[in-house]
Amino acid sequence: MNGHHEQRIGQLLREALPPAESGAQPGRDLWPDLLRRLNRGPQVAPWFDWALLAGLVALAAAFPASIPMFLYYL
Amino acid sequence: MNTAASSVPDLLNRFRQGDVDAFEDLFRLHQRAVYGWILRIVRNPAEAEDLTVETFWRIYRAHARFEPGRGFEPWARRIAANAALDWLRARRPEEELAPDAAAPAAADPGVSAEIRRKTAQAFNRLPPRLRMAAVLAVVEEQPQKEVAEALGISVAAVKLRVFRALRMLRKDLERQGITP
Repeated sequence: MNGHHEQRIGQLLREALPPAESGAQPGRDLWPDLLRRLNRGPQVAPWFDWALLAGLVALAAAFPASIPMFLYYL
Repeated sequence: MNTAASSVPDLLNRFRQGDVDAFEDLFRLHQRAVYGWILRIVRNPAEAEDLTVETFWRIYRAHARFEPGRGFEPWARRIAANAALDWLRARRPEEELAPDAAAPAAADPGVSAEIRRKTAQAFNRLPPRLRMAAVLAVVEEQPQKEVAEALGISVAAVKLRVFRALRMLRKDLERQGITP
């Protein structure tokens, strides 16, 4: 892809996704939410997250060729 | 808020020790910048608010690892980028909000609303890491050095991700009969 194509695609992308408003700020005070979150403490990952992780590790061990594909989609 | 009463280095040191008051002061000082950074990536104000809370929660959990000499804002931006990336990964492209098909203020009259919509949809199908680099560097035109710091990669890697994103976007559009 040459520079011209790259510029054209970039321009099209800016047309499709106008830049976010600069100087935007949250519509509400977020501190109370954060304080609640802090008071709740860390959440423990559900068992199926660990099962999924174990499955992925097993898959990667059985089929090492799949590792680059996983890394690509991460 | 005690910012006036304490210097920034003192604030950062107290935060590093887990002082919640110092953390609140830092939150009040930086929440707008962090929110703006996340909004640029996720492009949804409500999600950006939730992710700002998530980011500061992660920041507080990591307080002991904070190095005051490296500055709070670049560190916060990197944690925000990771939180936004997790959010992008957790969503399927078809769950994305419909892009605003209305023409931007300086819209090219040669680009129809249909092409803008298809471009936004094709963009949403890109791998999250490529989307994030492209939205920050191309759409938001952030300095590549800042993008690289936030993503924890080199400037050359940012350029490569942007190149790959634009190439994949072009191929996707060409498959739909759109030749940019």
